[in-house]
Amino acid sequence: MPEFEEEVKQTICKCISFSEDQLRDILRSQQLRSVQEVLEIYGNGIGCEICKPALSYMLDMLWCGNHDEDRSARFINDRVHANIQKDGTFSVVPRIRGGVTSPDELRRIGDVADKYQVRMVKITGSQRIDLLGVRKSDLPKIWADLGMPSGQAYTKGVRMVKTCVGTDFCRFGVQDSTSAGIELERRFENLFTPHKVKMGAVGCPRNCAEATVKDIGLVGQEGSWQVVVGGAAGKKVRKADLLVTVETTEQALEAAALFFQYYREGANYVERTYDFVERVGIEKVRKETVYAPDAVKRGLLERLRKSKQRSRDAWLERDTPRNPTQFVQIQPLEEVFV
Amino acid sequence: MTERNRWVRIAYCRDIPLREGRAVKVGNREIAIFNLGDRFLALENRCPHKGGPLADGIVSGAMVVCPLHAWKMSLETGKGVNGPSASSCVETFRTRMEGGIVLLQAERSVRAI
Repeated sequence: MPEFEEEVKQTICKCISFSEDQLRDILRSQQLRSVQEVLEIYGNGIGCEICKPALSYMLDMLWCGNHDEDRSARFINDRVHANIQKDGTFSVVPRIRGGVTSPDELRRIGDVADKYQVRMVKITGSQRIDLLGVRKSDLPKIWADLGMPSGQAYTKGVRMVKTCVGTDFCRFGVQDSTSAGIELERRFENLFTPHKVKMGAVGCPRNCAEATVKDIGLVGQEGSWQVVVGGAAGKKVRKADLLVTVETTEQALEAAALFFQYYREGANYVERTYDFVERVGIEKVRKETVYAPDAVKRGLLERLRKSKQRSRDAWLERDTPRNPTQFVQIQPLEEVFV
Repeated sequence: MTERNRWVRIAYCRDIPLREGRAVKVGNREIAIFNLGDRFLALENRCPHKGGPLADGIVSGAMVVCPLHAWKMSLETGKGVNGPSASSCVETFRTRMEGGIVLLQAERSVRAI
């Protein structure tokens, strides 16, 4: 037996022989800002469908959005901002913050569904509306007609905040979960994350919007909020861990932000919060977020602020596409007779 | 009636971004054409697995990964290169570049066995 066993590195794939932890350090210290550059210097120069999107996320996170985004390194969903379906068509989910919509929005959604002969209009499990069976070439026109921002339902990013009606209507609500949820969604929307992030805010412990099985949840109590993290009701079902209990909504939003950025910076690509929290341990997560020294907290919040500042609604590419053929099928330059 | 050996002008090279694919309808068939920097490669835009649009896949060297279930197809031979895809094959088409334009041979290529 050798005295020192070689350290086993968990690499992303066979293209690069470094762990994600190591890569984050390397990319930062070497000031690398493009996927191809990383692959050429630290990988096989080629890359694959696993490492390219992972590196793409890593660069976006490390440089707070100030990197050379290479769309060829991203999955089709992130090239056209819609979710590819089994027949090659796409689904469209506009952002409906906190699940609160309006008659006007609903009319526009209905009109769009008619005009583009959308095959199915579906209420999702995330308190949103999904328009299914859309052709790629119709996407920019649909976004314009909807006049609503992208709900990022196709990407590893901020999905939504599911809410209950809280104090405005409910007899039992003790916190204004609807407003808190909408504000939470507003603060994080348009950002990318290691895996999808689904959130919830509920106005009382009856938990109607299921905040305790969300990646981040705000659970209203009489006079306080519990901020819970690492919950799941997907492939795995896991009750979220308590991060902290705070008095005000602003404090709850800040605690959520600290965890959110900590997860963005520390999780491996395609690692959900429930795996991340279990791997790191909730005690350590607490110590390095809500109970961290002020300078550490300020750092997390500042990097989040920078990323947020550079982020934008992806559907604005309807007016300024990345390239002339982003959404269109190419027509041959000459007629072809068959 | 299909003309044999006919080269069809498809698109300006710059309209197909580096390491990305685009679908193009040539006659009655849909073809996926990819920009690999020094050359363009083309194959049938239909994964042999479940018909996924290969033009929307991530390019990995001279392979494309189908966006639906990650079957990997060689852009050079049209053959599958991983797991269950290995015995499948899609049609490939010859291409060439001329004056910033990519052309494609519309003739039916020989199916590799």
